[in-house]
Amino acid sequence: MSQSPATPLTTADGVPLKVSLRRAVRRSKLKALLLASPLLAFLLIAFVMPIVDMLWRSVDNPEVSTHLSRTVQALQGWDGESLPEEPVFAALVADLREGKEARNLGLLSSRLNYEKSGMRSTISRTARRLRTVEPPYREALIAVNDTWGELDTWKLIQREAVPYTLSYYLAAVDRQFGPDGEIVKVPEYLEIHVELFWRTFWMSAVITALTLLLGYPIAYLLATLPLRHSNLLMILVLLPFWTSLLVRTTTWIAILQSQGVLNDMMVAIGLIADEARWQMIHNKIGTIVAMTHILLPFMILPLYSVMKTIPPSYMRAARSLGGKPLLSFRRVYFPLTIPGIAAGGILVFILAIGYYITPALVGGQSGRFITNYIAYHMQTSLNWGLAAAIASILLAVVVVFYLVFNRLIGVDKVKLG
Amino acid sequence: MNDSAVIDAPQASPQETNSCFARFVDVQKSYDGVELVVKGFNLDIQSGEFVTLLGPSGSGKTTCLMMMAGFETPTHGEILLKGKPISGLPPHKRGIGMVFQNYALFPHMTVAENLAFPLEVRHLSKAEVQQKVDRALAMVRLEGFGSRRPAQLSGGQQQRVALARALVFEPELVLMDEPLGALDKNLREEMQYEIKRIHASLGVTMIYVTHDQTEALTMSDRIAVFNDGVVQQLATPETLYESPDNAFVATFIGENNRLMGEVVERLDERCEVRLDSGERVIAKPVAVGGAGSRTTLSLRPERVALIADDGDAERYDNRFPAIVKEVIYLGDHLRTRLELCGNDEFIIKTPNAEGHPSLRPGQSVTVGWTWQDCRALDA
Ligand SMILES: Nc1ncnc2c1ncn2[C@@H]1O[C@H](COP(=O)(O)OP(=O)(O)OP(=O)(O)O)[C@@H](O)[C@H]1O
Ligand SMILES: [Mg+2]
Repeated sequence: MSQSPATPLTTADGVPLKVSLRRAVRRSKLKALLLASPLLAFLLIAFVMPIVDMLWRSVDNPEVSTHLSRTVQALQGWDGESLPEEPVFAALVADLREGKEARNLGLLSSRLNYEKSGMRSTISRTARRLRTVEPPYREALIAVNDTWGELDTWKLIQREAVPYTLSYYLAAVDRQFGPDGEIVKVPEYLEIHVELFWRTFWMSAVITALTLLLGYPIAYLLATLPLRHSNLLMILVLLPFWTSLLVRTTTWIAILQSQGVLNDMMVAIGLIADEARWQMIHNKIGTIVAMTHILLPFMILPLYSVMKTIPPSYMRAARSLGGKPLLSFRRVYFPLTIPGIAAGGILVFILAIGYYITPALVGGQSGRFITNYIAYHMQTSLNWGLAAAIASILLAVVVVFYLVFNRLIGVDKVKLG
Repeated sequence: MNDSAVIDAPQASPQETNSCFARFVDVQKSYDGVELVVKGFNLDIQSGEFVTLLGPSGSGKTTCLMMMAGFETPTHGEILLKGKPISGLPPHKRGIGMVFQNYALFPHMTVAENLAFPLEVRHLSKAEVQQKVDRALAMVRLEGFGSRRPAQLSGGQQQRVALARALVFEPELVLMDEPLGALDKNLREEMQYEIKRIHASLGVTMIYVTHDQTEALTMSDRIAVFNDGVVQQLATPETLYESPDNAFVATFIGENNRLMGEVVERLDERCEVRLDSGERVIAKPVAVGGAGSRTTLSLRPERVALIADDGDAERYDNRFPAIVKEVIYLGDHLRTRLELCGNDEFIIKTPNAEGHPSLRPGQSVTVGWTWQDCRALDA
């Protein structure tokens, strides 16, 4: 491109222009990287790594292959038609002996117990009697616990010998592997997650709709009032951000419980009878009310940021052209706010399906979210694989929503002010 | 705050009302209850007229237009349309077309949808809508642009669409608030012509707001010069330029030399003024009191003549020596700044004609003007 290719452009001190430009750019890039590095490091440790770890845990399946390695080896080539031969039982005894020594049979037994209830006690009982077990092991083990005489037990061990499994995901949607590896529903009394997923989604949708309904007029006021008033309103909108989440949630308990402020007032004015106080907390109503309140700013702010950019002359033009107020609003103003609605909607919905504290405190049994079961599996049942699988499904839903949103509206529309 | 004004507001007589299309009767407007933005605004507009509200920024032009369109309510006074008060009428029932400064084209609709909007809300049939939209697009010479979005049009094209949209439902009155403010000079002149052409062909009444005086002078039948919330003068462009009623109008419209002084003697049709620098000038009293009152003398630069040594000096009632300070060459004429009667901002314009003396800075000259061209206005 240069006019005289024979003599490439140089800076005043004789360095070729390209070289010195690259040097200057590299320096500024380095500086930018340096400035961002603390946050990058933090994100890597606190965000990326946990997510990767979670995805890993949701499929990781080391227990059977490590703690029953000899058994798995001996089971290779087993046809599954009849009980395995003596060497397999001998290998099992050797594996269990080693596991007992190393005190790590717990992991194995709970892993197998997820798939076949009763396996925990089978293994612990067998382990306790290992000292007295003599060859032939096949008869001896079946005598200790007749679970070892069932074909399904051995099929299970054979199936779970793989390093990765989908069984956590199946459990997350109330399914499991049947004895022959086919996918079947869990017994009805164990079904819980699918209903919770649906409840989480529809309640989040209701909460999103309510925040939109309540937030839209406020955002409109914020965008159209004179600055003096809108500033005050903005402070009121932001006030919840300055109060602890816990305080706000417990305040709702004080207001909504059956001996609470609202019920007391309604009894006092004779609206309801003292013995027929409304149950508004520790159920779905409690969760919806409290979460709508908490998530309202996340709807108002994106709406406001979009409405602020709509000049009042559009509505005036529509009116002067003969549009009645409602019609002008519907045909002119509302369509222009759709990016704000979508941005606020996706923000609130994504936050809502991941909410945990508020449903736990005010949701009771019926207003609980799937997130509360993630916590349950992490803290109480200690089934981290299942917790990870449920969380991964939520993550996938969020990502899908995000992609659809980005495709339809554009993620750059999400602004908080 | 204006109790007295409310009480003695003039009642428009029926006869007066019938004679004109739109009327502002003693309209006042205050936004904050402290300051009047529009003070006693009166304006009669004939049917088919092109009236311009001209005034400096903040003088209340937009406010008046908004009151006419129904987006602001007058604090006091009445606005009449075809003889009927319209203060109770919401904007969408007034049937007034409006062109906004930034066009206010609906960005989510195509050009055709924008034009169809006022027709659809009037429940016209699809075929009728289509036909009128096409006709409106043809009127502003934008055939074939119907399926574009406003953002895909140039400024001038958007302007045309806005104009077409304000006219497509055939309103009898069209308001335009600085519709050409965002266009560059060439486009503005082209659009001025276009608007005039449409005005002439449709015969609609137009109220036009601008603060560009050239635009006002070239387009309007009549101009209302606005300042400080009151109409300073309402007249044809020619009258406004040739015989301004007061110092504000004289300064605002066209270029103008101002000489301050005091009336010494006032006769019927002329008066004698002593300038602050001592000279005496014969002038035409327009808006001054009797002897002793302060006055501003207003003098158009092109009405001041250079007096040659030999020539017809007697023609000019006022003759003064001056010193040339600066000469600006403008092609068809020369603009010369003089120091005269202690005022070194005195401008004269001389045609660049054959035989005209060429001036150089520092040169001494004599200039003169007739008393009719020198108007004694309020101080
Ligand atoms: N909505 C409002 N609230 C309060 N004051 C206002 C409002 N609109 C206009 N004003 C004030 O009223 C005065 C007149 O405003 P207006 O918009 O009518 O002026 P204008 O003549 O159209 O000026 P410009 O040529 O700059 O458009 C200004 O001092 C302005 O500050
Ligand atoms: Mg204005």
